[in-house]
Amino acid sequence: MTITTEIETRERLLPGPASSALVWEYSPSLESTDHVRIAPRYNLFIGGKFVEPHSKKWFASINPATEDQLSEIAEADAEDVDRAVREARRAYEKVWRKIAPSERAKYIFRIARLIQEKARALAVAETLDGGKPIKESRDIDIPLAAAHFFYYAGWADKLEYAFPNRHVAPLGVAGQVIPWNFPLLMAAWKLAPALAAGNTIVLKPAETTSVTAMMLAEIIQEADLPPGVVNIVTGAGATGAALVSHPDVDKIAFTGSTDVGKRIQRALAGTKKRLTLELGGKAPNIVFDDAPIDQAVEGIINGIYFNQGHVCCAGSRLFVQESIVEPVIRKLRERIQTLRVGNPLDKNTDVGAINSAAQLERIREMVESGVEEGAEIFQSSCSLPARGYWFAPTFFTGVSQSNRIAQEEIFGPVLSVLTFRTPEEAIEKANNTPYGLSAGIWTEKGSRILKMAQKLRAGVVWANTYNKFDPTSPFGGYKESGFGREGGQHGLAPYVVLS
Amino acid sequence: MSEALIHHGPGSFSPALFRRSLGDALEMAHGVDAVAAEERAASLAKRSLKKESKVWGLKLAISMMDLTTLEGKDTPGKVHALCQKAMRPDPSDPTIPHVGAICVYPTMVPFVRQALKGSGVHVASVATGFPSGQTFTEIKVKETRDTVAAGADEIDMVIDRGAFLTGNYQKVFDEIAEIKEACGPAHLKVILETGELANYDQVRRASMIAMFAGADFIKTSTGKVAVNATLPVTLVMLEAIRDFHHATGKKIGMKPAGGIATAKLALSYLVVLYETLGGDWMNPDLFRFGASSLLNDVLMQLRKERTGAYQSGDYFTLD
Repeated sequence: MTITTEIETRERLLPGPASSALVWEYSPSLESTDHVRIAPRYNLFIGGKFVEPHSKKWFASINPATEDQLSEIAEADAEDVDRAVREARRAYEKVWRKIAPSERAKYIFRIARLIQEKARALAVAETLDGGKPIKESRDIDIPLAAAHFFYYAGWADKLEYAFPNRHVAPLGVAGQVIPWNFPLLMAAWKLAPALAAGNTIVLKPAETTSVTAMMLAEIIQEADLPPGVVNIVTGAGATGAALVSHPDVDKIAFTGSTDVGKRIQRALAGTKKRLTLELGGKAPNIVFDDAPIDQAVEGIINGIYFNQGHVCCAGSRLFVQESIVEPVIRKLRERIQTLRVGNPLDKNTDVGAINSAAQLERIREMVESGVEEGAEIFQSSCSLPARGYWFAPTFFTGVSQSNRIAQEEIFGPVLSVLTFRTPEEAIEKANNTPYGLSAGIWTEKGSRILKMAQKLRAGVVWANTYNKFDPTSPFGGYKESGFGREGGQHGLAPYVVLS
Repeated sequence: MSEALIHHGPGSFSPALFRRSLGDALEMAHGVDAVAAEERAASLAKRSLKKESKVWGLKLAISMMDLTTLEGKDTPGKVHALCQKAMRPDPSDPTIPHVGAICVYPTMVPFVRQALKGSGVHVASVATGFPSGQTFTEIKVKETRDTVAAGADEIDMVIDRGAFLTGNYQKVFDEIAEIKEACGPAHLKVILETGELANYDQVRRASMIAMFAGADFIKTSTGKVAVNATLPVTLVMLEAIRDFHHATGKKIGMKPAGGIATAKLALSYLVVLYETLGGDWMNPDLFRFGASSLLNDVLMQLRKERTGAYQSGDYFTLD
């Protein structure tokens, strides 16, 4: 099938003052799509084979940058989910729990290497399907996904060292439901530790971004993983609900909204199923007056506009010490203008397309509420493509703790700026949220970093940086941002039974 | 910020009034986070320039070049040849501009002046005990005066790193101000020798001191030490220029020098410039490359864009 890569040209921004005569227009530098094979239709991956869904229904997967159909994705119903769980159970009992842990490691290593080999195709597919800039899928999503498989492959035959003096056994069949913001990476976060610990899996990708999950299914097939060890069922909420409520699943791992997370927890109450949740966030990014300001501004920009703000740990609440509000806001206004918004396939694009029409609607609604509540809005004056789902990088100043835009997760390129006077006030305001996934601190003073990090109720605290991920580092939330950790040695715990 | 600074908005800047504003310079010399600065520079270096934007950038880079020879073995014959290249870098392509300046030692200035007459190419000379700066202030001042009298439009001075590293910022500041005065109408570029300043905090501090003391340009390096211009150092200096411009209204130029030998790297510097200071700084009055071997690589890339094929190095003159 042909893929549209050209997006109608539009005027580029000049970061300098309007009087400047010079504009350096970067010619489009589009990543080639020739080498990428995206099937016109994807079936379900069950028992090592691609099978048609029982429902005989497929739904369209849209490229959010063009609104063109990219592929058709199978809609799994309860019967398909049941078939997948039965295959997973069979593979668990007959094969996966029995083989030598070092053999499990070999399969996982093989998946990691195949992801590296196909990195360019996966990056392009991720960008076409999800709208994220190619530079992010190329430099972050895909390499990190491979890194997670490599990292957990190393643990497979060393589990007793992860849990000294305990007997370690796998759980059984894990049902995993992942979000649309980092499709392949989230699949890697979920699959790698579960496989390393000896579990079999039924994975459900998000309905708007299933393409790379199905490409991963092809990789898993190519890696010759025993049939049924990994099964992938695509579909929307109903498919996820069928998986969560299936009686023969031993564990549910979910990444997504706090709303759905709560529903899952209710559904699992009273069952023996184990659960980990990685949910929303409204992370504070705290800038002290002794911060390295230009780098802090970069960190603020990266914290909120990375992946169009579709990041659960996005630094969406900026707290600036009152003595440096003026330079920080001025620099933010200038910097936001230099963000290159547009065709996600262009290697120079900084901010891509919003993932779906529904998400765009949600962002618009939240931004309107910010304006209504009296916060001052500042938006990049970049021009946006005529087709597709786009939202200009935006921030609000004069935001109060009580405003909706300071309380609710927007999950878009929208930053709320608040101020503080003392470290104590910063901690109090930063912790004053139902969420607790991540936080950022910007100061040149090391002792202050340590003190703040102790008091911030967040699973991840970044100091003088933001949005840094590594397979060796545990990630997860406090409070309504969820429980359980992914990544690192801690990421194995949800997938083992210790005795 | 002192009264002196607040009362002089855009347009009324005078270095003399800033003589005693070392305090302002130090106040604006806040810390720089090395990891984040290097990350930002690396991300800008990943910009992918193609076709027209590449050709435009490369031609601009030529017009910004300070074509340099700074060797003990320099002779009138050698600099004469370099001047010919400076005025017409590629005689086969009339769309290619002349370079920004020729940069030489003081004794070569009269010959350069003669050779470049009427071409629009500037005459730049190093001075002040280049490259170490380890001589007496009176000698530096006299050297500067004599060099300007010999015909230099631009003076590239070095700061007293010995004084800087012992914390004697006042001495560094006063010396720059004195040299600025000695320059008269000539433009002053202040070389920080960033490779000897140890870290980015120091680079920012030295940048601020140089600008408040009267520099027209700040420049990274002499090209004579192990570490010369780097992208992150240039980024940090450009950010200092941006803050200085905001505080005083005065636009200071930037000159990375040493180690910039390829067209690709030169374009990365232009990207860092463009995305930090904007279109206003994209001209030879406010940005220069100090380089000697860069020109031929840029010419080779431009000819490749024009003809579609890379030519042998034999088609580009070695001067």
